[in-house]
Amino acid sequence: MELSTKTEGHMQVVSVLHSRIDAAVALAFKEAMRSQTDGGADTVLLDLQKVDFIDSSGLGAIVATMKHLSPDRKLVLAGLTPAVDKVFRLTRMDSVFSVFSSLHDAVEAQSA
Amino acid sequence: MHNPTAQSHAGNDAQQRPLPPFQLSVQSSEMAVREALGGFIACLNPLQLDLEEISTVELVLAEALNNIVEHAYPVAMPDQPIRISCVHRRDGLWITISDKGHPMPDGQVPIGMAQDIDVDIMDMPEGGFGWFLIKDLAKDVSYCRKGQENCLDLRLAVAVRRAI
Repeated sequence: MELSTKTEGHMQVVSVLHSRIDAAVALAFKEAMRSQTDGGADTVLLDLQKVDFIDSSGLGAIVATMKHLSPDRKLVLAGLTPAVDKVFRLTRMDSVFSVFSSLHDAVEAQSA
Repeated sequence: MHNPTAQSHAGNDAQQRPLPPFQLSVQSSEMAVREALGGFIACLNPLQLDLEEISTVELVLAEALNNIVEHAYPVAMPDQPIRISCVHRRDGLWITISDKGHPMPDGQVPIGMAQDIDVDIMDMPEGGFGWFLIKDLAKDVSYCRKGQENCLDLRLAVAVRRAI
C-alpha cells in the first residue's frame, strides 16, 4: 500500500496513492498507516483525494487507525471523493471523524 | 453546439433499452473480487449510468462478494467458483450471486442493523457494516440454499425503465 507523507504546520499529512481501499488491501493499509504515523505529529490528516472506492473493510481499517492513534493523537480526513463520502455518510462515520473537503481547508482549520 | 438536454435524453434512451442478460464467474479470492467488479461494471457500459449509480452497484457487489470470500469460502478452500448473473428488468438490475461454500448461519442473511457509533472511540466498530450497506442500498434481498449452493438475489434500482 503506497502512502506519501509530509508535514504541514502541526500536522502530518498522509496521502493515499492507491485508488482503492478495499478488502484486498485493508490489512496492508492499516499496517502502512501504523508505520508511517509512528512517532509523528499529534494530528494526522489522511488525504483521500486519489481514492475513488472504499468498501466496509477499508472503512474498518481507517477506524482501526483512528483507534490506534487514540487517545493522545487524532485522525482527521480530507478530500473524500463522492463514492468514499457515501460510505462514510451511510454508516454515519462522517460524524465520528472531522472531515474536510480539501487538504487546504484542513490545514487552514488546524492553524486557525 | 453543446446541448445538455439532448445529452440527458440520450442517456434516458440508453436506459430505456434493456441490457441483455449476462453472467460472469471468478475463482474466490480478494483480488478476484476486484476482477469481478471491474468486469461487471464494464458490462453495464451501454446503460450510461452516472457515477452515483455505478458507485452503488460497485459497493453492494463488493460487500456481497467479500462476504463470500471471507465466510462462505474459508482460507482452506481457495479458488472456488463465484457466479454473478444480471437481468435488466423495468424496475432495475436483478442480480444473483451464487457460490458453493458454507451456508449462511441460520440459513438466512444477517439483519444488517446500523452499527452503534455513539460509543467511546476505543469501542468504535471496525466491521459489521457490510450487510447494513447491502440492505440499505439494494432492494428485494433474498437468500436461499439450493443443494450445495448459496444463492443471493437482490435488486438495484438503477436504470429503471419508464412504462411506455
